[in-house]
Amino acid sequence: MNLYWTHIAYLLAAGLFVFSLHWMNTPKTAKKSVLAGSVAMAIAVIATWMSPGIGTSLESNLYILVPILLAIGPGVWLANVPLTAVPQRTALSHAFGGLAAGLVGAAKFFYWYDVDATSRAALALSGDPLVDVASNELTHFRTIAIVFEVVLGFLTFTGSIIAAAKLQELKWIPQRPWVYKGQNLVNALAFCGCLVLASVLAMNPHADYAPWVFGGIILLSLNFGWMLVMPIGGADMPTVIAILNSYAGLAAVAMGFVLDNPLLIVAGALDGASGLILSIIMCKAMNRSFTNVLFGAFGQVAAKAAGDGQEKTHRSAGAEEAAGILEAAQRVVIVPGYGLAVSQAQHKVRELYDALTRRGIDVRFAIHPVAGRMPGHMNVLLAEADIPYDRLVEMDDINPEMPQVDVALVIGANDVTNPAARHDTNSPIYGMPIIDTDKAHSVMVIKRSMNPGFAGIDNELYYLDKTLMLFGDAKGFVGEIVKALSGSGSGH
Amino acid sequence: MTLQLAAETAPHAAVPIPVLFLMVLMLASFVGLGIVRRVSPLLHTPLMSLTNAISAIAVVGAIIVAGGEGYPTWARVMGSVALFASMTNIISGFLITNRMLKMFKEKGR
Repeated sequence: MNLYWTHIAYLLAAGLFVFSLHWMNTPKTAKKSVLAGSVAMAIAVIATWMSPGIGTSLESNLYILVPILLAIGPGVWLANVPLTAVPQRTALSHAFGGLAAGLVGAAKFFYWYDVDATSRAALALSGDPLVDVASNELTHFRTIAIVFEVVLGFLTFTGSIIAAAKLQELKWIPQRPWVYKGQNLVNALAFCGCLVLASVLAMNPHADYAPWVFGGIILLSLNFGWMLVMPIGGADMPTVIAILNSYAGLAAVAMGFVLDNPLLIVAGALDGASGLILSIIMCKAMNRSFTNVLFGAFGQVAAKAAGDGQEKTHRSAGAEEAAGILEAAQRVVIVPGYGLAVSQAQHKVRELYDALTRRGIDVRFAIHPVAGRMPGHMNVLLAEADIPYDRLVEMDDINPEMPQVDVALVIGANDVTNPAARHDTNSPIYGMPIIDTDKAHSVMVIKRSMNPGFAGIDNELYYLDKTLMLFGDAKGFVGEIVKALSGSGSGH
Repeated sequence: MTLQLAAETAPHAAVPIPVLFLMVLMLASFVGLGIVRRVSPLLHTPLMSLTNAISAIAVVGAIIVAGGEGYPTWARVMGSVALFASMTNIISGFLITNRMLKMFKEKGR
């Protein structure tokens, strides 16, 4: 296949990628988007494999075929993790993407450095005045692109591994933000160091010391990745995942500039744009800025605000009573949070949904953008339990209707229901948009205990007169409510 | 030789390649922002796994390095590792997106 056809194939693939994302607009068209995306990817892989630069020997084909075959196993395994593990799977795949970009960039740099050096040496040796041009693969522009690719790739690699480990709640990694004095100073110095090395390299990519400088950049960016993610607490993980998603895309863009390949630029830009928009949505939903998420160490501030010593009272109830209250309601809104995912309660919630719907009660789910541990996490979990997606309502659409709701049932959500976000200027979550559960006629909260949640902030909602606390594991308690409901017969 | 080639491929009004590619990047970013902004929040998790798979387009670079006859062995091995990493993302990304999308059903069934 000549280069012309290779690039026609790339053009086709780029177009299909655009359609693939476009069809994600609604669940109805979304199935086509996987088809378009995978066809585009297949075209890109085959066209590259058959392009003129690729060797046709058995050896060359094995270098390509063996890794592809090896990838099938882990690929299929990672595609079938339980839905609660999807956030860490996503983080892990960002790590893989970053690693790939970094490795290709590094291989390209050292290879071109050798090629240029050999040709310069040959030129110097021949002394032929007519041949005054040595090969110049490492132009200044290309060197800068490679540095971008390698820095983004390797920092995404280590950063995503830390993010995945935090999400998987591995023991060797602290869940709480890991901070020390002068941390931002150290990070800033490392960043400046990276910048200095990059400029030194870009000014003279053919210098004797260039490979060492390049190696230094790789080490610094590997370090940078984990230093950036360690101080970020679990509650901020949705934003971090979205940002890393965008970095992985930008690394592909940089690779496009290195390889003179517009397909990489287009696909990378689509990915980068998606990560950017998701992280902006996440930040808005927490009323925080990018810089605040990256350098703020949320949990620290929060810990101080907790426990102002006041003795407050709450009311609690058992499953029977809760079932009775639900049965008497006409409109019920369920507010799910990460606790629901942890206890795998989605199927029990579906049974509750069925039991209530059968009685003619209107049941809907209010989804906060940062509920769960990655964007859209709750929607996928509830969809897994076969809850129809038109019952899942976004925060901005449900809030105006909350005053008409008879019962708001909070399952495993905490900060996103805290009314303090609306009025308490001292609260660390002040200004964060919340689901107005406190405006419903009555509120029930399923929770393990009165301990403050992950961010360590006390929730005012629990002390309201209209709030009933239902203590227990989400899955177990919802199960008991369902049992109580079936015991009392199916109404009329 | 190199000189001749350079002269042949540079007609007087050609756009410099880096600028052309920056143009591609700019336009693709606008397209991406416009499209992704309209994706339903329902589908943000599948969107993320889909873009995971799409960003594995780095596979192109990996194939070029792994399959390039002129590259030394160390570079080709690095390319192969990169190819393994991005292929894993492609396979798992598209499969899990498909798996999640199948779960979304409207009203009962």
